[in-house]
Amino acid sequence: MAKVLVVTSGKGGVGKTTSTAGLGAALAQSGQTVVVVDFDVGLRNLDLVLGAERRVVFDLVNVIQGVAKLPQALIRDKRLDTLWLLPASQTRDKDALTSNGVARVIAELKQKFDWVICDSPAGIERGATLAMRHADAAVIVTNPEVSSVRDSDRIIGLLDAKTEKAEKGGRVDKHLLITRFDAARAARGEMLNIDDVLEILSVPLVGIVPESEEVLRASNVGSPVTLCNPASAAARAYCDAARRLAGENVPMTIPTDKKRLFTKLFGRRAA
Amino acid sequence: MSLLAWIKPRASAPVARDRLKVLLAYERTFRGQPDLIGILREEIMAVICRHVAVPPDKVQVRMDRGQTVSTLAIDIEIPTSHGTLAATGS
Repeated sequence: MAKVLVVTSGKGGVGKTTSTAGLGAALAQSGQTVVVVDFDVGLRNLDLVLGAERRVVFDLVNVIQGVAKLPQALIRDKRLDTLWLLPASQTRDKDALTSNGVARVIAELKQKFDWVICDSPAGIERGATLAMRHADAAVIVTNPEVSSVRDSDRIIGLLDAKTEKAEKGGRVDKHLLITRFDAARAARGEMLNIDDVLEILSVPLVGIVPESEEVLRASNVGSPVTLCNPASAAARAYCDAARRLAGENVPMTIPTDKKRLFTKLFGRRAA
Repeated sequence: MSLLAWIKPRASAPVARDRLKVLLAYERTFRGQPDLIGILREEIMAVICRHVAVPPDKVQVRMDRGQTVSTLAIDIEIPTSHGTLAATGS
């Protein structure tokens, strides 16, 4: 049974697209079939982060408008044959997405893949609400910083109210992914720590991605960090988070990039 | 920067946590009716305008949120030239 996952945050620049690519590739590396769908119409970037920017012919809006069939718009990753991309349109705006059209595309993708991962645009408007509309589960990407936490809280409210599941009396499974975490600064009281964020947002933690130079290196070369440098702290964090999303019980750690690799056990989980 | 501040920098994360807790407690209360101030302003205006001619920019609605108590202040400037009473409600 296919699972529809939305990667969302409210605030821009916190790592939604990086996380979509990292989690998508990690799930695909485990042998499951994955499609990542870019919902950021007008400002697409998932194609660039995945290194597929020169292979885009048709996009989500073309499929919704019937200009292209879904298989014509899907781009298969060159490194991972279980990973596919459905790009957003760069020339249209978010109003080109229709509610019925999105529903139809998601339903079709569910027939073909194990995971449908929707990369939400920033904000709380049409593009973001359509990206979360059909989700079974959500990954809320949050930086340990006040504006990101506040916007995540707003998005959590929308996930509980504006999704198809919520409207039918169900619940979208919510998972918190803390990115750009700096354990040393948190220990010095210069950054919100993991417990603070969990207490404020009350969403179970799915992973902690440390601030890592490898993330920029990976996007520079157009490769998900989990493929570009699987040994890096960020890659290990995404792989662990992907295994947790798939239902495995993986102890929560904060991977580090230090020369002597050690993982600090992080025992606590939110409710 | 004093020597003491240099030796022991103040932790700012607890400030961030406390500010977020107060803010989000408030925002969650009014979720689904986001523009309380706007609604109050419009409804109060409608009532006032039924009896007195008041320019819209003469009505001020302010809110100050505290940890335990919040205050809502409404200032209405009613022109005396209309021959009606001058009043300020808070």
